[in-house]
Amino acid sequence: MRMRLVPDYTNWDFFGRSKLWLGISGVMMVIALISFFVQGLNYGIDFRGGTTIRTVSAQPVDVGAYRDALQPLNLGDVSITEVFDPNFAEDHNVSMIRIQAQDEEEAITADATEQVRQALATVAPDITFASVESVGPKVSGELIQTAVIAVVLAIGAVLIYIWLRFEWQFAAGAVLALVHDVVLTIGVFSEVQIKFDLAIIAALLTIVGYSLNDTVVVFDRVRENLVKYKKMELKEVLNISINETLSRTIMTSLTTMLALIAMFVLGGDVIRGFVFAMMWGIFVGTYSSIFVASALLLRFGVKRDWTRPDANSGNQYANIDA
Amino acid sequence: MLQIDLWKRVVIWGLVALGIFYALPNAFYSRVEMHNDAVKTIEKQGSTPELEAQAALWPSFLPSGLVNLGLDLRGGAHLLAEVKVADVYAARLEALWPDVRDALRPERDTVGTVRLQPSNPMELRVKISNPEGMARAMEVARGLAQPVVSLTGAGSSDLVVTGAGDEMTITLSEAEQQATDERTVRQSLEIIRRRIDAVGTREPTIQRQGSDRILIQVPGIGSTAELKAIIGTTAQLTFQPVVGRGSDASASAGVGNEVLPAADQEGVYYTLEQAPVVTGEELTDAQPTFDQNGRPAVNFRFNPAGARKFGDYTANNIGSPFAIVLDGEVISAPVIQSHIPGGSGIITGNFTVEESTNLAVLLRAGALPAALNFLEERTIGPELGQDSIDAGKIASIVAGGAVLLFMLLTYGLFGVFANIALVINIAMLFGVLSMIGATLTLPGIAGIVLTVGMAVDANVLIFERIREELRTARGPARAIELGYEKAQSAIVDANLTTIITAIILFVMGSGPVRGFAITLGLGIVTSVFTAIFVTRIMIAMWFHRTRPKTIEV
Repeated sequence: MRMRLVPDYTNWDFFGRSKLWLGISGVMMVIALISFFVQGLNYGIDFRGGTTIRTVSAQPVDVGAYRDALQPLNLGDVSITEVFDPNFAEDHNVSMIRIQAQDEEEAITADATEQVRQALATVAPDITFASVESVGPKVSGELIQTAVIAVVLAIGAVLIYIWLRFEWQFAAGAVLALVHDVVLTIGVFSEVQIKFDLAIIAALLTIVGYSLNDTVVVFDRVRENLVKYKKMELKEVLNISINETLSRTIMTSLTTMLALIAMFVLGGDVIRGFVFAMMWGIFVGTYSSIFVASALLLRFGVKRDWTRPDANSGNQYANIDA
Repeated sequence: MLQIDLWKRVVIWGLVALGIFYALPNAFYSRVEMHNDAVKTIEKQGSTPELEAQAALWPSFLPSGLVNLGLDLRGGAHLLAEVKVADVYAARLEALWPDVRDALRPERDTVGTVRLQPSNPMELRVKISNPEGMARAMEVARGLAQPVVSLTGAGSSDLVVTGAGDEMTITLSEAEQQATDERTVRQSLEIIRRRIDAVGTREPTIQRQGSDRILIQVPGIGSTAELKAIIGTTAQLTFQPVVGRGSDASASAGVGNEVLPAADQEGVYYTLEQAPVVTGEELTDAQPTFDQNGRPAVNFRFNPAGARKFGDYTANNIGSPFAIVLDGEVISAPVIQSHIPGGSGIITGNFTVEESTNLAVLLRAGALPAALNFLEERTIGPELGQDSIDAGKIASIVAGGAVLLFMLLTYGLFGVFANIALVINIAMLFGVLSMIGATLTLPGIAGIVLTVGMAVDANVLIFERIREELRTARGPARAIELGYEKAQSAIVDANLTTIITAIILFVMGSGPVRGFAITLGLGIVTSVFTAIFVTRIMIAMWFHRTRPKTIEV
């Protein structure tokens, strides 16, 4: 027999508590913003300059000893973390060392890297550097600027596209849902203090794309049903549309989530933050297309008569009668 | 119903076959790579039996394009360098001083004596003893200006001459600065490319970024330090007249002169005239050699213009010392014994054989016109890259398997169709990536995994729609038809919006992020194609063969 995640017919009421859900989303966004402004993001070197070194050694990582060994080099702010991964072999111990950007220098010099290597070799003689990445403050400043522009541009472009394909109320609902997703994702990153680097920006934009994908599928059905059930109340139409697309929503979210979980567990630690961002994004994206985008659409109201050219589509009361 | 024109079927299957055909080499990655390397070497250096055997590993009638592996997967070094374009202004103005002096000499009656004033490197300040002659002096100096050679700056002149009191200031015009920047960066790019090619590594990326930056990525190289050793040295060679020799680094040099250290003797400093007689730009050839004492040295030859200047200078200055300066250090300062007319000479110093060979390569490739400032350096070890590939592979296989199973359980036979389409989708994606020679990065692998997850979305949309249409029951054929038809607009809208974000990522992003954008964007195109057309054709074929009365989706 076939597996059914969602019964063939559902008639769940998604808007019974829509105020509550919108309220929860609003509060979450405020919390996310507070966390962002109070705690801030754990920016990677892409965004704040500096150097990260990935060390590999057969001996267990002793963060304290590493720190002591690097103390005499006067490198300023140095952070050392041990990297855990279930896939590492017993004798494969990895740490990440982050060194702040040095004064009057763009990227770190080869000499400095060598000094760090020698200092660490006193603690762990077999230590090797699997990667050394250094970004000067000049570039990092630009990268953060480009990243912000990219996210804003993406949301802007989407706003225009949906506006053209649907109506402004749809566009506004979808874009507010996107902002919601992006804000909550940034909030999670600031709360959990996962490293926030360029790849996370890519993940953020993918979340934008995915969340939108979900929202558009629901909206597409709403548009169809608005024509089909001309006399029905908007709330009912929205509810029917969400119920009709529900099995698809759950199915797609689950398959994507399955693929991401595999990547999260098996894909290695280098990419884990990136995959985590996407998993979280799919979760909030699915939620927001129903409880934020559609709920907002209900509040904004829509033009109901699709056969007549719109004279007053901006007026939300114009559409009630039809 | 469910009729698909023959030509459409041919086109669809043809595209699928083409995609798989081009994806094929990636299944035999190391073998094809060896073949490609061997073919390239044979082209360059002629054939050996061993190379022929390597080339024969892969038949030449098959495509041999591979998906390039990014630095994060293969290991290697990445540098982002900023060209210090302003360096060139200073050199230009410095070289101008002798011309200005010579041009004003015949005008001594009106302008009086001419002296160079200390100034910042962006300008040339000249003092004349006769302030009334300023107008004439400026006129003469303007006569030295030349029209700017560039598209945007055409029509303007390259020098700006201003005068105040007894001082005349010469700077480069805005248009000339822009034109110079452009030339400097292009020249640097070309020289870096030549130097890296001389070392012969596989698939280096050397790209211009923005107005004054150059991105250099070389896979397989051990560290950025090694890469910098190849490209980093400017190898700015000049021949300058010697004014004096001493042991004080802070000795006052006098206007127009500079103090430079000796390369091989600690504590020895030379005072030199700043304007060089000849520069390395006028070299045509440089070869490693040995001097009469059997020590490593470098042999060089000037072009005709350089040879004439060099000849004239040596003829007029027999008996005076003369400095050979490389990157701000005096390599040697021999005394001119006789007129050297042929335009060739030899540089001796305390070189090792390796150093003399390197120096010859650098001189031959040409000097970098300006120094480089490294803004970003990344070294990724080959082991880390291999680990990432392995992890990515396993994760992709598990992810793919899970999705396939899930689809099969949910949609049964139709799930099988979707699954075949999904596998074709991945093959086509690799085919397209190989065809355009795209680079696969770690986020790119994640992009593929995400594509796997999302690729089934279009099919899910269609199948769910077919289920719905089956309930209104107008026969299975009609339901399938309607399912495809009605799901179309949702599929198009949903995927177009994702493509928009992929394009923005591609335009704004760099490096790994760009790789991700490419796989994501192309993945959407191939997945929509396979989900809509390929599954439809399969379902149509199945339907025509079995003619089922009822179907279950």
